[in-house]
Amino acid sequence: MEKSIALSMRGITKRFGSVVANNHVDLDVYQGEILSILGENGCGKTTLMNMIAGIYFPDEGKIYKEGQEVVIRSPKDAFDLKIGMIHQHFKLVDLFTAAENIVLGVKQENAYNLKDVNNRVSEIAQKYGFHIDPRKKIYDMSVSEKQTVEIIKVLYRGADILILDEPTAVLTPQEIERLFNVLKRMKEDGKSIIIITHKLHEVLSVSDRVAILRKGEHIATVETKDATESSLTEMMVGKKITLNIDRSEPKNPQPRLFVKNLNCVDPEGIQVLKDVSFTANGGEILGIAGIAGSGQRELLEAIAGLQPLTGGEIIFHNPKKDQPVTFFHKSLNRVKELASQEAFHDEYGNPISFGGMNNKQIRGWVESGKVLFKEDEVMNLRDKTPLEIRELGVRLSFVPEDRLGMGLVGSMGITDNMMLRSYRKGPAGFVDRKKPRQLADEIIRELEVATPGVNTPVRRLSGGNVQKVLVGREIAFAPKVLMAAYPVRGLDINSSYTIYNLLNKQKEKGVAVIFVGEDLDVLLGLCDRILVINSGKITGLVDARTATKEEIGLMMTQTDTPAKEAVPCV
Amino acid sequence: MNVWLNFLIDSLAFGATFMYGSTGEILTEKAGHLNLGIPGIMCMGGAGGCLVLNLVGNSNLPGFLIVILGILGAFFMSVLMGLIYSFLTITLRANQNVTGLALTTFGVGLMKVIFSKLDSVVYLVGPKELYRWPFAGRTDALQCLGVMFFLAVIIALLASWVLFRTKVGLHLRAVGENPGTADAVGINVTRYKYVATMVGSGIAGLGGFYYIIDYMASMEAYLSLEAFGWLSIALVIFALWRPHMTIIGSTVFGFLFSCSSYITNISWINVTMAAKPLLKMLPYIVTILVLIVTSIRNKREDQPPQSLGLPYFREER
Repeated sequence: MEKSIALSMRGITKRFGSVVANNHVDLDVYQGEILSILGENGCGKTTLMNMIAGIYFPDEGKIYKEGQEVVIRSPKDAFDLKIGMIHQHFKLVDLFTAAENIVLGVKQENAYNLKDVNNRVSEIAQKYGFHIDPRKKIYDMSVSEKQTVEIIKVLYRGADILILDEPTAVLTPQEIERLFNVLKRMKEDGKSIIIITHKLHEVLSVSDRVAILRKGEHIATVETKDATESSLTEMMVGKKITLNIDRSEPKNPQPRLFVKNLNCVDPEGIQVLKDVSFTANGGEILGIAGIAGSGQRELLEAIAGLQPLTGGEIIFHNPKKDQPVTFFHKSLNRVKELASQEAFHDEYGNPISFGGMNNKQIRGWVESGKVLFKEDEVMNLRDKTPLEIRELGVRLSFVPEDRLGMGLVGSMGITDNMMLRSYRKGPAGFVDRKKPRQLADEIIRELEVATPGVNTPVRRLSGGNVQKVLVGREIAFAPKVLMAAYPVRGLDINSSYTIYNLLNKQKEKGVAVIFVGEDLDVLLGLCDRILVINSGKITGLVDARTATKEEIGLMMTQTDTPAKEAVPCV
Repeated sequence: MNVWLNFLIDSLAFGATFMYGSTGEILTEKAGHLNLGIPGIMCMGGAGGCLVLNLVGNSNLPGFLIVILGILGAFFMSVLMGLIYSFLTITLRANQNVTGLALTTFGVGLMKVIFSKLDSVVYLVGPKELYRWPFAGRTDALQCLGVMFFLAVIIALLASWVLFRTKVGLHLRAVGENPGTADAVGINVTRYKYVATMVGSGIAGLGGFYYIIDYMASMEAYLSLEAFGWLSIALVIFALWRPHMTIIGSTVFGFLFSCSSYITNISWINVTMAAKPLLKMLPYIVTILVLIVTSIRNKREDQPPQSLGLPYFREER
């Protein structure tokens, strides 16, 4: 079949600060074809497409539409050139009907005539096989219906190049099939369709050609019929780079955290975690690999007590049998509560009760180290708030992805941010500022945080320093479980290594470290075991010392493979 | 005429003050801007109108022209206030609440200065009967309903028609709900915000002028104007962001606000002087009740515009 070029890009480069998102990308899109853009997270797929859609403007390079050089400065310019993009986050007004959203901003009609609009929408829907009620309000719609509205919105404006940014991420298999049928009809109608995706089987089933991007560079464009899952994965992940991370062998790893059959549904009704089960051991780093948005955030937040669950258990295991009770993480009240449950015995094995003793006597006895746990502590953390978890005496630290949103308060200094962990200490009604201040000084000194002073708002520090403050605070809490989500995102090499070393030191201290990362080289170089999560499901557990990037890459992107349990490496 | 009918008509006339204020505020809020400067803007509207009347009141101009000049003076003075607010909150992205409150403080103070320099004889004696057309000269309550009352009703209905029946209205509501979406389809968000905020301020300012010149026609009227500004903002919630609802809402508010002075006339309710201020709280209590009811029903159409109070950065997508 003879095909003409609909759109071509030549030497497109886009930088964000010092980061190069796209580096001299050349790409052609033919008329009447479906082109997949494939690549890992942060490889510049969406950035590249945003430049065609007018969201970003390229720093270098030229775009040609049907042979003519064009300049696209805004989404409106793109619309005028009949290019339409369907973003991952829908751009719809919830309160409006489908028809109102579709007609919004369209210039050609003189009158605001919803009847005509409804008819035209139905016409388009019929032509391509959509199902839509133009009078339905967006807030009443399912995700797939919203997507339909977005696609029709673009078609209504007469677009002949459609860009879909991860259109299947939020759809059910049946909806995906319906979408692909629609796309194929559009293709037959002569439209060019670009799909951004990282799901290999979809690429193979729907597209005519695949363009592979890696680290902002265009690696290759291949005919789908010549490609296989493994050939695509290889191009996507590239050669393994050995990093110089000091990884020690785990010493005597002990199970710390049992996660059993976690299920979680997000506010939009999509199941983001499906029967997730794993065990995190003390003294090792468990990596979690997966495409962004596969449920990593929900998983960590569920453990931290921030995410409501629809099912499952989170069991914290504290090997305390015959160990002395301390006040380091347990409050006096908690100790008394445990004593009333007959959880303690003395060094001769006799049960302990604090009956008739005042607080001072209890304190003295416990601090003498002669109050011992009878059994290992086992606690279910499900449906507990972070405060309740802390009051149980569970030492759980969480370094969230959103450092200045969830981790630290940007407008407060380091001292005040330290106090977020200790504000409940000190005499009633007052806070103890002295210790947090010391801790702040210590973190600045030991982690070499570059800051004008302890009271400088952390927002003004660079990303690496902000991360050091956050990790430093969480480590100072002497955790038993340390969870870190993308702790090196946006950090330079030196800061990244500081963080890796901190995590390794925690591991050597016997902490169960859970590390969510995106760079497979780092995961393979830092972790002991790697858990692969794919669309909320665990698709693999591998030994980081022997696994290959391709192996993990496939588990991250394939959807049909049943979860396979690799040989545990302990 | 029946005392209750009188009361109702008086409430309508009194309520027109809020009708202007809240219609203006609704237009502003539909563009996503919570303008707490409305009390100050209404004050400045009154001051601007009276300032013009003071200048032309003694001239030989025909009466209706003086009326129109007064109205235009009120409108432009408040549009000017709206421009200050728009520049600060839209272009400079200042905090809307702080800007609005500052504008209220500023407007109320400046109004007092202006009125202290004006000659009430000149601005009040003007062609008063013209404001009261078509019922001028009647002795019953209907005489309160004049040109500016009908103008308020027309503006409220027109605002609803524009908002919910025209393309401009659709675009404006899109800007207030989700400016990112509006921007992406090529709607000029900044222009819509500016125009809506300034026109809204202009309309609100007319309320101040109406209250001083038409409804009260007294030289002390301006002193209580600020309170009606706040009441107008409360009325926006009561009207569920629908301008035509302000016609009913303002009557209810007018009724509730002034019922303290009527209730003493009714023998079976014994209200002491001390209790009167308590009765004046009724509009606010009703507003809270409306808020509770709409929050419980949680109907999307009855909620404030989604991006109300949030500044819009294009780069932040």
